[in-house]
Amino acid sequence: MIHRQTLARLVGDLRARKLSSVELVRACLERIEASQPALNAFISITAEQALDAAQAADRALARGDGGPLAGVPIGHKDLFCTAGVRTTCGSRMLENFVSPYDATVVERLKAAGAVMLGKLNMDEFAMGSSNETSYYGPVRNPWNTDRVPGGSSGGSAAAVCARLIPAATATDTGGSIRQPAALCGVTGIKPTYGRVSRYGMIAFASSLDQGGVIAASAEDAALMLREMAGFDRRDSTSVDTPVPDYVAGLDAPLEGLTIGVLKEFFDEGLDPDNERCLREALTVFTRLGAGVREVSLPNISLSVPAYYVVAPAECSSNLARYDGVRFGHRCESPRDLQDLYKRSRSEGFGAEVKRRIMTGTYVLSAGYYDAYYLKAQRVRRLIAADFERAFGEVDMLMGPATPTAAFPLGAKVADPITMYLNDIYTISANLAGVPALSIPCGFARGLPVGLQIIGPHFAEQRLLQAAHRYQLETDWHLRIPERFA
Amino acid sequence: MTKSSAASSADGAGRPEGRGAGTGSGTEWETVIGLEIHAQLATDSKIFSGASTAYGAAPNTQACLVDLGYPGVLPVLNAEAVRMAVRFGIAIGAHIARQSVFARKNYFYPDLPKGYQISQYELPIVARGAIDIVLDDGSVKRVGVTRAHLEEDAGKSLHEGLPGVTGIDLNRAGTPLLEIVSEPQLRSAKEAIAYMKKVHTLVRYLQICDGNMQEGSFRCDANVSVRPRGADKLGTRTEIKNVNSFRFVEKAIQYEVARQIELIESGGAVVQETRLYDPDKGETRSMRSKEEANDYRYFPDPDLLPLMLDEEYIEAVGAELPELPDAKAARLMAQYGLPAYDAGVLTASRELADYYEAVARAVPAQAKLAANWVMGDLSAALNKEGLDIGEGRMPAERLAGLLTRIADATISGKIAKEVFEAMWASGDSADRVIETKGLKQITDTAAIERAIEEVMAKNPAQLAEYRAGKDKLFGFFVGQVMKATGGKANPAQLNELLKKKLPE
Repeated sequence: MIHRQTLARLVGDLRARKLSSVELVRACLERIEASQPALNAFISITAEQALDAAQAADRALARGDGGPLAGVPIGHKDLFCTAGVRTTCGSRMLENFVSPYDATVVERLKAAGAVMLGKLNMDEFAMGSSNETSYYGPVRNPWNTDRVPGGSSGGSAAAVCARLIPAATATDTGGSIRQPAALCGVTGIKPTYGRVSRYGMIAFASSLDQGGVIAASAEDAALMLREMAGFDRRDSTSVDTPVPDYVAGLDAPLEGLTIGVLKEFFDEGLDPDNERCLREALTVFTRLGAGVREVSLPNISLSVPAYYVVAPAECSSNLARYDGVRFGHRCESPRDLQDLYKRSRSEGFGAEVKRRIMTGTYVLSAGYYDAYYLKAQRVRRLIAADFERAFGEVDMLMGPATPTAAFPLGAKVADPITMYLNDIYTISANLAGVPALSIPCGFARGLPVGLQIIGPHFAEQRLLQAAHRYQLETDWHLRIPERFA
Repeated sequence: MTKSSAASSADGAGRPEGRGAGTGSGTEWETVIGLEIHAQLATDSKIFSGASTAYGAAPNTQACLVDLGYPGVLPVLNAEAVRMAVRFGIAIGAHIARQSVFARKNYFYPDLPKGYQISQYELPIVARGAIDIVLDDGSVKRVGVTRAHLEEDAGKSLHEGLPGVTGIDLNRAGTPLLEIVSEPQLRSAKEAIAYMKKVHTLVRYLQICDGNMQEGSFRCDANVSVRPRGADKLGTRTEIKNVNSFRFVEKAIQYEVARQIELIESGGAVVQETRLYDPDKGETRSMRSKEEANDYRYFPDPDLLPLMLDEEYIEAVGAELPELPDAKAARLMAQYGLPAYDAGVLTASRELADYYEAVARAVPAQAKLAANWVMGDLSAALNKEGLDIGEGRMPAERLAGLLTRIADATISGKIAKEVFEAMWASGDSADRVIETKGLKQITDTAAIERAIEEVMAKNPAQLAEYRAGKDKLFGFFVGQVMKATGGKANPAQLNELLKKKLPE
């Protein structure tokens, strides 16, 4: 069954011509079509372009050419701009928006030979933790379709979980890669802020957004990230440091490395079943030769409030461009300019996006700016300093990715605060700009549990290495929901 | 951005130095003005994108995805715009920020594609400089420049020829601007204009702005208030927006000062507001009040890292600065013995000063004469045809050729004007004009004497009167001889010979 193969294996088989890209892409497209009613992981399926690209990849492979990912099917979260293919950002606002250009990430993966099968569902403008804010309907968790897949990269996580595609791009502003990866039992990495270009990645909160990947294993994630990462002069916040060969470093032993267990993350909010899985995972790392000790990040409890000031503030400004004037949703026959603005935006944006725009507008307003925005920035520096201190003592930090396993659809929709607390363990890495990943480490009452590993800036390789060594010892990442097996 | 030019913020100066409008009520009023000048930087591409900044293209043909604020695009700072801002900062002796920050100024307007303007707010690239202006009495006044910061321009809304709809042209969106904010230290419309002209001169010297006011490359907002002379506290100010000629700025300020005084004297109070100047009616009118003013929700732009400049860079930019107007004027005075006034006029633009120096170098002994000609006949001729000195209509060496002929007495100063006119019309050299028109001065004593004798013979009555003591008639004889010689008689010789011959 080719859909069960890892991306690493597919790359080899394609190159060895044991398998054609067209064949592989066809198989994936069939599975995608078949899964849509149950999962709704895709907003757009680009079968025709995908088959054309697959044919081109096959021709290149036949010549002995083709990039490192030649012929491999992938999907893009629907906030990466794709030339000629609509990019909705999960919003009615961009229902008919066709980007005239490719995002840098899209461009790079295309250049590496990857074949895009479609655009993946997501929370509207990446704002949400359950994928329920999508204008295109919620994505469902392949492990239990009554449960959420997490968000905002819910489509990416569900599609990889159900093996519709071997890997997908995703983005993480406060946990949007790691949380859905954890809830769907797949591997998701959020790189260091600045590692992957944000050019063409529709902004939610610019100082926190970071593109990354969701795949079935650390090795597969490394294969993808190696192509995606790197300096881009079109993104002034991208960092000009060399990209290591993430794949080459995977097998290095863990002896001599010290793991810090994040004390504050093992709190009363953590589900005991999740905690059991995490503690077990830590013993695997001990067995692999890593030292394990407890580490405290005293300011980490301030993460959620700081995040819910900074992220809405930036979003309120980033989303001002959707005014119905140049692109995106425009209301019918506006009476005047104010009416055009008001109705286009009222109709185009959903409730969660509006809530954050209003929160953000408020915290930036005269008289409130110091109390909210500036204070949140100070908290951010404190948290970054906490991490820096911790990484002076340990090589990486481990803890839960989420407090609980996947919750039922609708369970938290009415209570935004409870929903926001689902990101309590993931937000701090965004505030500090450090890389973090989530890997599956067991099941709580039949639903996957994610282990989060956080590293110092630009330590992606170390995180992937730890995850890979763990995955060589365990098979959680190979488990597939029965229905999609 | 009106943050610090605020004429109503505490002004340390508080000196009754200006000439506030006197009024009938007995209160003497002092005018307080601060200017915010927007100079469009002369970069080839926009401040945050690679699109061209050339003026006058068809609407929306010079706006790329970044300028259009498309989803996913990001700004990348234009290094040339930074260099230009630093040039300006160094030229006015300002502090160049080692770290400056771009901020977003948030408001909705159709010609503002992103819904925010990228500007600098709390940490501008240039702060605390000064510009010297010369007042009418010849004294020099130092005007503080609070700050100068980089920002992007917005697009334009078009109404002409579009009945019932508004057109948006985003060609200008993203054009780099340097906003230069003065301290509220200007005390009259005249001072404001002198300051504005000085800034205009400076940005063109620095080659960072073409100074074209018709095209909006150099425009000005004026913050105006009045207070009783001697008062410490500043009055409530109004801001007059976007005035784009020196004359209109002067008129707008004069109107506004008079309006405010009249308002206060009739028991009213000035309302803090933004006003527009209507050049057709010659008045300002309210555009929006403080209450209606936007809360711009400034915050640092997360898409742009803080701009860091090191000493080495700042020194390198400083090293390539041209000679600046004040230094150049001082040098012209020292080197060519020019009076301050001439030096000031000739250094008003770099091209004019360069031209003058080219002429003066060719006829070093006639440097003052050269200044007179450049400021006089040449400037008048250029103005008449609306030409710039740089357009080459009268190359410096050609004017120098004319001055050489005056100096060596080939022609008189009076004939020179005629020669100049012919040169201007034909493009010929002075020598050629003198030759073809036969204008060479008569320096042959015998020839001049012959002419004098003829005139004396023709005018016996006047001669008799002169000899009887009517000295005034000397001029009459000069005129007659000049007429007879076609103006070519050497005036000095003629004088001498007449003095000798008339009394005989």
